[in-house]
Formats: sequence, structure tokens, C-alpha cells
Amino acid sequence: MEREVALEMRGVSKFFGQVVANKNVDLTVYKGEILAVLGENGSGKTTLMNMIAGIYFPDEGQTFVNGEEAVIRSPQDAFKYKIGMIHQHFKLVDVFDAAQNITLGVKTPPAPANGKNAFTRFFSKIGHRLQSGLYRKKEVAAEVKKIADKYGFEIDPKKKIYDMSVSEKQTVEIVKVLYRGANILILDEPTAVLTPQETEKLFSVLRKMKEDGKSIVIITHKLNEVLAISDRVAVLRKGESVGTIETKDADENKLTELMVGKKISLNIERSAPVNPEDRLEIKGLNLKNHEGVKVLDDVSFTAKSGEILGIAGIAGSGQKELLEAIAGLQTLQSGDMIFHNPKKDKPVTFFHKTLRRVKELAQEGAFRYENGETVDFTGMSDKQIKDLVNEGKVLFKEDEIIDLKDKTPLQIRELGIRLSFVPEDRLGMGLVGNMDIVDNMMLRSYRKGKSMFVDRSRPGKLADEIIGELEVVTPSSHTPVRRLSGGNVQKVLVGREIASAPKVLMAAYPVRGLDINSSYTIYNLLNKQKENGAAVIFVGEDLDVLIELCDRILVIGSGKVTGIVDGRTADKSEIGLLMTKTKKTAEESVKEAAV
Amino acid sequence: MNMKTVNSGEKAVKEPLFHIVKRNAVPLKQRILIKAGAIVLSMIVCGLLGTILTGNSPFTMYASLIKGNFGQESKIWAMLQETALLLGISLALLPAFKMKFWNLGADGQVLVGALVSAGLMYKLGAKTDGVLLNLLMLVCSVGAGVIWALIPAVFKAKWKTNETLFTLMMNYIAVGITGYMINQWATSGSGTMGVIKYGWLPELGNKSVLTIIVVALLTAGMVIYIKYSKHGYELTVVGESENTARYVGINVKKVVIRTMIVSGAICGLIGLLLAGSINHTITKTLVDGRGFTAVLVTWLADFNPYYMIATAFLVAFLKSGSAQVITDFKLNNDAFSAIITGIVIFFIIGCQFFVQYRLIFNSKKKKKGEN
Repeated sequence: MEREVALEMRGVSKFFGQVVANKNVDLTVYKGEILAVLGENGSGKTTLMNMIAGIYFPDEGQTFVNGEEAVIRSPQDAFKYKIGMIHQHFKLVDVFDAAQNITLGVKTPPAPANGKNAFTRFFSKIGHRLQSGLYRKKEVAAEVKKIADKYGFEIDPKKKIYDMSVSEKQTVEIVKVLYRGANILILDEPTAVLTPQETEKLFSVLRKMKEDGKSIVIITHKLNEVLAISDRVAVLRKGESVGTIETKDADENKLTELMVGKKISLNIERSAPVNPEDRLEIKGLNLKNHEGVKVLDDVSFTAKSGEILGIAGIAGSGQKELLEAIAGLQTLQSGDMIFHNPKKDKPVTFFHKTLRRVKELAQEGAFRYENGETVDFTGMSDKQIKDLVNEGKVLFKEDEIIDLKDKTPLQIRELGIRLSFVPEDRLGMGLVGNMDIVDNMMLRSYRKGKSMFVDRSRPGKLADEIIGELEVVTPSSHTPVRRLSGGNVQKVLVGREIASAPKVLMAAYPVRGLDINSSYTIYNLLNKQKENGAAVIFVGEDLDVLIELCDRILVIGSGKVTGIVDGRTADKSEIGLLMTKTKKTAEESVKEAAV
Repeated sequence: MNMKTVNSGEKAVKEPLFHIVKRNAVPLKQRILIKAGAIVLSMIVCGLLGTILTGNSPFTMYASLIKGNFGQESKIWAMLQETALLLGISLALLPAFKMKFWNLGADGQVLVGALVSAGLMYKLGAKTDGVLLNLLMLVCSVGAGVIWALIPAVFKAKWKTNETLFTLMMNYIAVGITGYMINQWATSGSGTMGVIKYGWLPELGNKSVLTIIVVALLTAGMVIYIKYSKHGYELTVVGESENTARYVGINVKKVVIRTMIVSGAICGLIGLLLAGSINHTITKTLVDGRGFTAVLVTWLADFNPYYMIATAFLVAFLKSGSAQVITDFKLNNDAFSAIITGIVIFFIIGCQFFVQYRLIFNSKKKKKGEN
């Protein structure tokens, strides 16, 4: 059967600075088909689609629509070629209703030029605009209804966006592009935000559109959905197209293999963990986000000292929330995070504990003298207590066991827990872009001491040390960090976080956007922390790195732990499959319960 | 490959005449030069406009501007006093603004401070004139300013209300209360208070000196507070990124409330100076919109306390100077004064663009690597 080509891309490349987002990609979309675009995070799917939709302009290559070369420089151009994109993050005006959003940006027909002079023409133009606005409301509503009936949408044109559920908003987005007459629809991860029922509904709509001769391109990570809806699958890996196959010839294993590719050796060092002990026990974490969607679903695992625990998963599967929950930045619905502080028989210090906290613990009978006698501070002055502690005479009886649940970041620090966190959003959370390196060093330590004033001498020294040891390229330690390049920003952040000799070090995508050399610097730093006995939790996106760097890899999918594998024996497609495993169906759960 | 289509694609390329590039760090010298250039240009425009509108030569206008500020000793003192008042209120706004809390309620916060001072002077003056009364006035007017600033701060911290509208509305409440109290206190039916004879703050030479000294001390204090204190560090972090603040365990609500206490306290203090040292009375228009002018002073100075001294001086200079222009040119309304001020400020704000960006003119079309 001869199929008609709707859209073709030939040798398309896009570079962002030195980063290659797409390289020499070929893509063909036929009329009346559903094409799935599959790939890992950062494989360039969205960039490619944005080039079709006019958000980006390709640096190299050509695009053909209906066999003719098309120059798509803006979303307006894309609409001219009848291409419409439904973005992952909806682009709707909240206070407008559905109909207003649908017509937004569509030009009203030009006014008839009547009137004697410029003045009257001006007012007749405005009058026309106002009038057509009123009349068109009805027209638009009728047209929207027609589209909705044709494809089986449910939509209320008068409903305000802020009153809508996520799937209703998505419907508005789809109708919006159909209203503009789009024949090629691109959907960027449309099912990520939908429930299984809503997904089914969306799929039936998509099938009807396909029957109507429209071409649909759908970006997704979920293999079962790819198999359920698409006619063909185009797979991207690291910005390049690795092939297009007919869905009927594909299965999950084959797709995973195409997606993750063969194992690449990176030669990252990995030492054996030195007597690992349980350091952080995570038990049954449940967390909902602002919209009430479950982002962490009964997550449990244990991070051990002296090992790197990798966390793999599709972006947005709950990795960020998990780390933030541990750092005390999220309010959990339920769950415990037990921190084991290896303090048994070690002297108490004021380095990470306040006098008040020491007194409290003494009252609980947590300390002993060298001769085994329980420490009792009753009747002692603060000075006497301080002297005893500073002389190292007060020892812990047992390891400290602390539940981090419901603790704020400040409380965690005051409890003397050395927990370091390199967040994903470096300049938005970990650092202050407009402050210099010294002031950023101070973020963690400025509270120390009773003085009203900040002491910049120690942070200054630390800044110089980090600049020297990690080879941070900067004019001086008084340069605002936002002026530094990505890799140097990250060195500053990681440097600060490891300066306190953490017991737990969490790092979210620490090498994202970094060049090879900076990446290896970061891997070495993480390894060093592991050797120093820290429990390192590393959230990564590159499976090759995870497999070579981590001792164990926890795989997370849709907020659930889908598996924990050994980094030394794991293979990529195994992890890939675990990543894309969707929620168990009710049927499976029943079966499992029966076993 | 197929040249025809490629060419048609090239044709669609519209190269703009110039493009805008963000500058990296601009050296201080260059920044000052750009700003000075803007002021010179604005004065030329003012002079030309003055000639067109009034028929006087630009140089008579410049002379009037200077005469209005430096013509007599009293004019110099008035100009210094105005600079000090503007700077003082701007210093109150500074910590709030650095925290990105847009306190537009300085007018009201100053007014309640002044109202409380005047009330104490009027009610207790006959009984306890002297240092004790002055101290009481100090405590109460600062307290009143704090309360006026604290209400919107607490609402913002607890319920995320919009501080801009809230602080703005508090101004009108302050004016309303002041009007009511004046009606209660004014003996005659005139509705004005007249000079209160008691409770004057000590005069050090003339009535402006105390204000100038207090504001000078405040400036030094505020520089230290913002740059070297832990509070100043915390409020800067909160202003730059609330997420980072949460991440390092800063209690954002506490910082918001604490900073607004500082802001309100300084406003209350300025109110005390206005009522107890400068005017010795209370009127509804005592603050005269300085709370809003201070917003301008703070922004023009890019939240830098040192620059604020200069911008406060500039605004005060224009105010006194343009008043003199109106007298000298025998204009019967003060619109021209507002025009002068407007032009100068327009130029200063406009030049900010050239501090941050550079224009690069595209002389040649750059060809994309298409082969």
C-alpha cells in the first residue's frame, strides 16, 4: 500500500552551545497514522518535536510538509502548515474559559474599510472587533461542539481553565490545535498526567483522528502505551535516530534494547564498599503534591554507609520529591526516615550539637563516662558541662537513631545530622546566583557562633580551597556564581556540600549539562565520599554511568520502587524495563495476593 | 541539493537592523559615566523644553535650579533636610525591598509615627515636658511604625496576601485616623492643629540638624546591617531565592516579619523627626508622598545604600530647584516642576538599559553554514 507522506525531516540537527540535542535525524510521518517517538531522558525527543512546531529552528537539515520544503520559524508558521503541538506543560490562560483559550491568537477576519477619514475608520474597526467578538462566541461554541462530536471529546466551552482537571485542560489544548485546522498533531507525553481511564479515552480519540486522516506524533516513555496505540515507532538515542520499526513487529524487550542501546564502557572507578552499615532507612514514604497526585507511593529502601546507591527512573517519577523529603523540604503523608548515627563509644562534641541538645540527651541517659557510669548533669553549671564535653570525657552509649520525619532542614542540622544535598536546581535551590562564591559557602554555616554578624573569613578560606582543589574557573572568589559556567557552578555546590564531611550525601543529576572532564571530577568526589564512609545517594539519568558508578541501583517508576539491582551485575535493558514498568493492574495484584 | 527551495527559505530570513547583547560585568567607572551622561542629556532636554515653553534661556533655568538649592544658607539646610528625610525613608524600605517585599506603605508608617508623637506632645506636653517625654515619644512612634508594617507582614507570612496592595491600603487608613485625631484635638473649628508648644526634640543649631545626624547614623547602621549581619544575609537569601532559603533551613516567615519590623521602626523614627523636630505639628499631608518618592530613590540606587545617598540628593535637589524655577519664571502652577523631575528620572532609568545591554549593529548578513 502506497502511503502518503505528511511530514518529513531530513538530516536535522540542533545544537545548544556545545550540547548536541539532535544530530542528523531523519523522521517520516505518514498521513493517517500514529507514530510514537521513543527515547530516554535527554535523547532529544522534545527538541525534535519543538523544531516541527516552530519553537526552535534547526541548525542543519530540512523539513518537508506534503512533499514541499517548509520553513517553520514560529508556531504561527507551524499552523500555516497545519501542524499543532500539545505541550507537556499546558499553555493555557487560567482565567479564560475554554472557548477563549481556543480562539486566542486566531486572527479575526479583517474589518471592512468603511468611514470617511482615519478617525471614523478607526472607530468602525474597533466596533467591528467588538461585534465580531460577541457573534463569534456563538460561532466558536458551535465549531468547538462540532469538533468535539466528531472525535468524541467532552468539553464545555464556557468552563474556566482554573476549574478544570488536568485531562480537561488537555482536551482544550487538543481542540485548540484542531480548531486551527491542524492535520499533524504532536503530543508531548500526553499520558504522563492522566489516569488509566483517561488515557484510554484519549487513545480512542486519537484513533478516531487517525481514521479521519490526521497524522499523530506521540512522545512517550511508556512501552505498553507505545504498543497499544502506535502504528510505527521511531526511536531516538542521545540525539540521533536509531531506527523506525513497525509496531506490530515490536515487543517491549526489542524497544528497550533500541532505546538504551549497547553498554558503553566509561571507565569510572568503583571500589568495593568498606564494611557497609545501614545509615538511612526509608520506610513506606507516601507523598502527594499540591494537586493531590501521589508522587511517592510506599517507597522503602536502605542507604548504607560506604556505598553509592543509584536511583534510576524516567524524569519526574518522584526522584526530586524523594530527596527533598529526606532533606526535610516536603511534608509527608506517612512514612519514616530513620537515620543511624554511628556514635557508639565516641565522645560528644559541640561541633554539630547545641548545649541544649546535649543537656536533653543527657537527661535521657544517652551518655556515659569512660568508666561506664551514666552521665548526669544535674547540679552542674553550663561551664562545667562544656568543659567535660570539650575534654572528651562524655561518650555516647549507643548509636544515635533519629527519625527525620517532620523535621525541618534546620532541625536536622541542629540534631547534628550531617546530611548534604546537591539539588537538581543548582541556582534555584542550592546556590544564590547573585551572591559571590564566599557568600554561597556561608549558606550552610553562617549561623555558627553567637555574634550578630557574619564571619566571612572561614567561608573565604573554604571558597579558596574549593577553587584550588576542584579547579573552579573563576576570576575570583568574589564573582557572583551565576557568571560561572555550569560545571563550575556545580563544583562550587558539590564542594560546599562535601566540606562538612557528610554522613549522607544526596545528589540529584549532579552531572547534567557538564562536560566530560567536569563529570569525572564529580564522579571522583562522590567516590571519595563513599570511601570516607558516607552513604551516597545518586540520582542519575545516564544508565551507563549509573551502572559503572553505583554499588546498587534503585529503580523508581511513577513514584513506586520497581526494583533494586546490583550495579555490578545489572544490564541496561533490565533497568530500562523496570523504569518503564507502569502501575500494576488490579488483576495482577489479585493474582499476586492469591499466590 | 535543491537550490530553489533552499533559496526561497533564505528569502524568509529577515535580519533585524541590530541585536541586543547582554553585557558582562560593567566596570564602575563606565557605569558612572553612563549615568552622568544621562543626567547631562536630561538637563539639555529640560533646558530646551524650558525655552520652548517659557521663552527663557536654558541657562537662566540652570541658574534657578542652583539658586533654589544653594542660594541662601536656609535653602542649603532645607535641601539637606529634604535629602535626609528621603534617604531615611529609603533606608527603611531597603531591607524590605532586598527581601522582595514591596513595602509601599512607608507614607502610612511614617504618618502613624508622627501622629503618635504629636499626640503625646499635645496631651502630655504640659505635664512632663523634657527628656522623659522625648523618650516616650521615641518608643511610641517607633512602636506605631512597627505595628503599621507588621500587619501586612504577618498577613503575607501566614496567608500569602499581596503585600503591595496591603501596605498601600494601610496608608489610607493612617491618613483617615490622622484626620480624625486632628479633628478631636484641634480646639478651634479650623481643623488644623497649629504648632504644639511642648515636647520639641532638642535643636542642635537649627531644626534640620538633628534629622541629618540621625539619618547619617541610620545610613551607617543600615550598611552594616545589610552587609555584615546575619539578619541582612538571611533577608538577602530570602529575596534572591525562597527555595534556597528553605533548603538551608531559613525560616522564611520569621525573616519576613523581622525585616518588616526593622522597616516599620525606621519609618516610625522618621515620623518622630517630622513631628517632633521639624514641623512641631501634625497634618494629614505631613509626609507629603515621601514614602513613594523613597521607592524611587531606592530603585534608582539599585538597592545600594551608598548610591541611595546620591539619588536622595538628586531628587531633593530637583524638588527645591524646580520650585525656584517656578518662582523665577513666574509660572502659576507647578506642572513644570513635575516635568523637570520626570525628564531627569526618565533619562536615569532609561540609561539602565545601556548599562545592562549593548547594541550590535548588523552590518553584514551572516550566512548560515548551508552547503
